[in-house]
Amino acid sequence: MRLLTHNMLSCNIKGVTNGFPLGLEIVKHEVKEVEFNSDFIRNMFVKIEWKALVDAAKSMGYEELPEEVDSSMLESDEFLKRFHHALLELHLEEGALVCPETGRKFPVVKGIPNMLLNEDEV
Amino acid sequence: MSRPEFQAPPEIFYNESEARKYTSSSRITEIQAKLSERALELLALPDDDVPRLLLDIGCGSGLSGETLSENGHQWIGLDISDSMLNVALEREVEGDLLLSDMGQGLGFRDGVIDGAISISAVQWLCNADRSSHNPRLRLKAFFGSLYRCLARGARAVFQVYPESNDQRELILGFAMRAGFAGGVVVDFPHSSKSRKEYLVLTCGAPSLSTAVPSGKEGDEEESCSEDEGSDDEENKTVSMADRQRPKKRQKINKKGKSREWVLKKKEQMRKKGNVVKKKMTTVPGSLIWEIIKRNNAFLVKEFGNG
Repeated sequence: MRLLTHNMLSCNIKGVTNGFPLGLEIVKHEVKEVEFNSDFIRNMFVKIEWKALVDAAKSMGYEELPEEVDSSMLESDEFLKRFHHALLELHLEEGALVCPETGRKFPVVKGIPNMLLNEDEV
Repeated sequence: MSRPEFQAPPEIFYNESEARKYTSSSRITEIQAKLSERALELLALPDDDVPRLLLDIGCGSGLSGETLSENGHQWIGLDISDSMLNVALEREVEGDLLLSDMGQGLGFRDGVIDGAISISAVQWLCNADRSSHNPRLRLKAFFGSLYRCLARGARAVFQVYPESNDQRELILGFAMRAGFAGGVVVDFPHSSKSRKEYLVLTCGAPSLSTAVPSGKEGDEEESCSEDEGSDDEENKTVSMADRQRPKKRQKINKKGKSREWVLKKKEQMRKKGNVVKKKMTTVPGSLIWEIIKRNNAFLVKEFGNG
């Protein structure tokens, strides 16, 4: 699972009002190279919750992202490359996603998070 | 062969062997590719070569996702069958995969997804596979959460095999209730074999750009990207009634009887020999009052001028 998906996911257990961002428990993560497309990255910029991305990238040992951003930084190729790396190339392979409100864990196996809810959580 | 929905719940029906069978059949892969190609076409994404973030609901082994990748888009696939997802992993699809039940709602932030497709999956929602399942609640949760996570003006295109008219209405009804505009596009409506239905839903208020595209006619042999002949003579699109109903026609109140009408009636009466009141004489600009005594009370009647 890429951090792009992590940045979009939020916990939808019944009654949870703020299910974002899901905490990351990392047992194993991987870096897979992906073709760089600056248009996509620029387009995604407005949709990304920056702090969640920075924290997630840090938890995978990538600390090159600036804490504060604004849209003028999209001019810099250097910044776009880093953004691209964090967003699309860092994968969570084994571990869990943790709901920030309830602490419920969604196990991640072979890169696939199990988001199935129990009957009492729907 | 009976429909897969009737045999077992999806996570059980698509087990290890069925998942492999599904993906290794060249016929199925070809059909899936065609369906996804068409679904992507109906999504009508802006023609600017910018990759979008799309959802593939019921992605299975990633056959439909492959089409999205080929067109350069990033995607997130959801499926309830882990056997199917395992096959997708083996095939090294480019999108991210989630093990998730669409009937429990989609857990995404609001407005972040640029479009969603789903190939032959939504009809599964109409089944109650467990005692706790209520198809209505599941449809509501699904469409509600989908509506929230889609960006304004984004589209969702679902290829479906509804079992009956009622089922189609049920699915569409819940989509409309969630706020979607749109309708059903039927490709090859006269062919029993290649007839395909697509639910085309738009997130946001209906406008010119949300008009439902027309379905395809003729031979199935045509490639999916070919232009569709849009003859208006025969409407191939079964569109939903407009969400904004036309206002009830208001009763037109005649403002009393017109002067012409009164004069005409008086003339008629005179011809019959009746006694007709003479025209009231009034001072221009002022009103005429008539005071009537009735039951020891005075009523004041007001007349218009003239």
